[in-house]
Amino acid sequence: MAQQSLRQRLEILADAAKYDASCASSGTAKKNSLGGKGVGSTEGMGICHAYAPDGRCISLLKILLTNHCIFDCHYCINRKSANTPRARFTPQEVVDLTLNFYRRNYIEGLFLSSGIVKSANHTMEQLVEVARILREEHDFRGYIHLKTIPEADAEIIHAAGLYADRVSINVELPTTAGLTRLAPDKNAGQIEGAMGRTKARIIEAKDERKRFRHAPRFAPAGQSTQMIVGADGANDAAIIGKASRLYGTFGLRRVYYSAFSPIPDASAVLPLKRPPLLREHRLYQSDWLMRFYGFAPQEVADAAEADGNLPLDIDPKLAWALKFRESFPVDVNRAPRELLLRVPGLGTKAVARILTVRRHRTLRLEDVARLTASVAKVRPFICTVDWRPTFLTDRADLRGLLVRKSEQLELF
Amino acid sequence: MTAMQHVSLGAHYAIHLPAPDNFAFWRERARGLVQCDVPPDRVSWIEPGGTGDLFASEGPARGEKRLPPLPADPRAVRASQRFITIARSAALHSDPARFGLLYRLLWRLQSNPRLMEDKADPEVRRLEELAKSVQRDAHKMHAFVRFREVEEEDGTPHFVAWFEPDHHIVRAEAAFFMRRFANMRWSILTPRGSIHWDGETMREGPPARREDAPQGDPVEALWRSYYASIFNPARLKVGAMLSEMPKKYWKNLPEAELIPQLIAGAQAREAAMVTAGARAERARPVSLAEVAQGAAACRDCPIADCGTRAVAGEGPPQAPLMIVGEQPGDQEDLAGRPFVGPAGQLLDEHLQAAGIDRAGAYVTNAVKHFKFAWKGKHRLHQSPGAKEIDTCRWWLEAERAIVQPRLVLALGASAARGLLGKTVSVTRERGRAIRLDDGAELWVTVHPSYLLRLDGPARDEQAALFAADLARLRERLGEMAG
Repeated sequence: MAQQSLRQRLEILADAAKYDASCASSGTAKKNSLGGKGVGSTEGMGICHAYAPDGRCISLLKILLTNHCIFDCHYCINRKSANTPRARFTPQEVVDLTLNFYRRNYIEGLFLSSGIVKSANHTMEQLVEVARILREEHDFRGYIHLKTIPEADAEIIHAAGLYADRVSINVELPTTAGLTRLAPDKNAGQIEGAMGRTKARIIEAKDERKRFRHAPRFAPAGQSTQMIVGADGANDAAIIGKASRLYGTFGLRRVYYSAFSPIPDASAVLPLKRPPLLREHRLYQSDWLMRFYGFAPQEVADAAEADGNLPLDIDPKLAWALKFRESFPVDVNRAPRELLLRVPGLGTKAVARILTVRRHRTLRLEDVARLTASVAKVRPFICTVDWRPTFLTDRADLRGLLVRKSEQLELF
Repeated sequence: MTAMQHVSLGAHYAIHLPAPDNFAFWRERARGLVQCDVPPDRVSWIEPGGTGDLFASEGPARGEKRLPPLPADPRAVRASQRFITIARSAALHSDPARFGLLYRLLWRLQSNPRLMEDKADPEVRRLEELAKSVQRDAHKMHAFVRFREVEEEDGTPHFVAWFEPDHHIVRAEAAFFMRRFANMRWSILTPRGSIHWDGETMREGPPARREDAPQGDPVEALWRSYYASIFNPARLKVGAMLSEMPKKYWKNLPEAELIPQLIAGAQAREAAMVTAGARAERARPVSLAEVAQGAAACRDCPIADCGTRAVAGEGPPQAPLMIVGEQPGDQEDLAGRPFVGPAGQLLDEHLQAAGIDRAGAYVTNAVKHFKFAWKGKHRLHQSPGAKEIDTCRWWLEAERAIVQPRLVLALGASAARGLLGKTVSVTRERGRAIRLDDGAELWVTVHPSYLLRLDGPARDEQAALFAADLARLRERLGEMAG
């Protein structure tokens, strides 16, 4: 085969990496290049340097070191039996690309993953080598996210965490049965074992830094994972349950959902219909409800319909409110924060504003209108001194009034 | 407020700011004005080149430029920390009325120290909006500045960017770029002024023009390739992109010129993916007749284009045993029935010997079409590829879902892959049950055609093993029936 140019390989290996949803560069330790030899800074908030027409942010150079792979996972474009063009980078090439992009302010850093070549250990060593060159030889202080391979030895994964801001291990599928079926070379126990060890290391390193200021950091931006939605039969309730267990057990920063999308050269074992993109969105919303709105996983699951899936036409918070109407209306002048957070249309910021404002004045509906994005959405669920939605809350067709009329488009 | 002791009745004050982003200057003057009890409607704030907000019709020349003398014991002017933080941002906004708004709020803060907490107040809200849009502009500057590398005369690299901010943020944001690119020589040129960092000191320069910046950089070609490749055409969400990367920024982003063609190509590309990726969307068949019909029309893999027919499975639709071979051969293709050729005859003999009634089993193949290559006049069998088996698995799974056999016999590695989705070693897996996900038991053995290819003692040996596998299967069948 003719030698591929750097650009051709970049195209292949970026294309192969795009099914990883995460591009976050936030929440890591603050650092900058003052007093150093290289470039780079992370100041807490991530920066999205560009947006692609798929609506996703481009914050990191997200590529694979190679898309050769000895595994045969059916949902993956890089599986052994797929007929896809293959390429590989040397660690030095990845380093050069990262620095060239970073100096031009295209990116916040690197998100490096890889197909498994030779062995899990060999591959993981190569990934770590890229991070080592960046950190040690170029004093790079930007963001590095390394995908870790659960089958690799614990020491190599440990080395990854010392260089990287974030490490992640994909659980891939919400159910063990799905994993066995679609990713025959992977093992749920092994994945969770690696996540557990990473969690322990993160806690250990944090603890050491409390006592010794110069103790090495270990993945200061924590660990995350990704689940593919719609490739196996798991419904939303099952996915939410799995996610909340992952958050609880492994202290994950984020669980990413990736709606299974038609990939070139897809395996025939996969379902035929891709899930609507909206499903992914609803799952993220339910994730938010658990993380920021005080919903218990079971409560989110209660919002699901009979088939265990969240309704697609309305968001899960509204779905919950419509199911549990006895909890409403909420008096915005008296209700505690937890109850205000349950009101569809009131976000965490709006609730914080209401709480400060009501120390100064008794809220009228027009005040609420100024504090929120859409008073029409909030109105049926609240009461103020001049407003009481007795009629609205009891209406059987309330859902119809709140659902947007336009149909959510499926792109096809 | 108290009586205006120090202000002559009707006097107007016009404060000229030395620079549009000079918050410190505003703060100092505003403090003095409050101490002199000058109410907001008596002050206009004028930035360089501007006319001020309140007295625009009267022209900038009108109004006292000098402040009234401070009272002997000036009172302390107070403002909440929150106000100072927000005002510092809002002062950078390009709205000419911003300094007037700031002063009105400072004035009101003196009698209502907790004013900033009243977020339903229209002026507080306006201030927050101004600050928010300045912060957004700053954030977009961090994101969308694009450096281009030029070589200086001394051979060192110099990174130069052209950026057009909406507000007066350039000086305030210089520190961000200094922290990030401390050891790099860089310049950011904007219509509101420029900043230059040489690795040690920051310099400010006059407003620049786009032509002053370099026009290209070879690395941009790589960046554009990356941008186009990381985009997933299966999920087009143009609105989401536009809300975060509005069109006004596009002209200074090297990657943005690709956007129209990426959007246009996306749907065509997805359609191509779906066809290349094998199947059109179709519903799972619910009867064996539908399987036969569907498989006959299926063109999801290249085997189907060989001009052969799909050979459907046969047997009772509720059979307790399903026997799966590799693919139809020459004679099966002609007859349209599975296992009728030499291998089929051998299988029949062995089944009979083991006491298994073939008529009571559902017999089918992992791949439904005959794959072959011409050799002279003969159609020579070709093994199906893993991809082809996986593609055809759709039909095999449908058959299993309909027949729901409790025992499945896989003849050979291809059949095992069709059932398990992965390649397994027959010699390692034979002789024990593998639990399938629907609860059925899978038994794996060799394909009878393997026996046909052997000679002498090797054949006898393998035939004995095959017979033993079938005997064990017969036993299981009996146990299950019992």
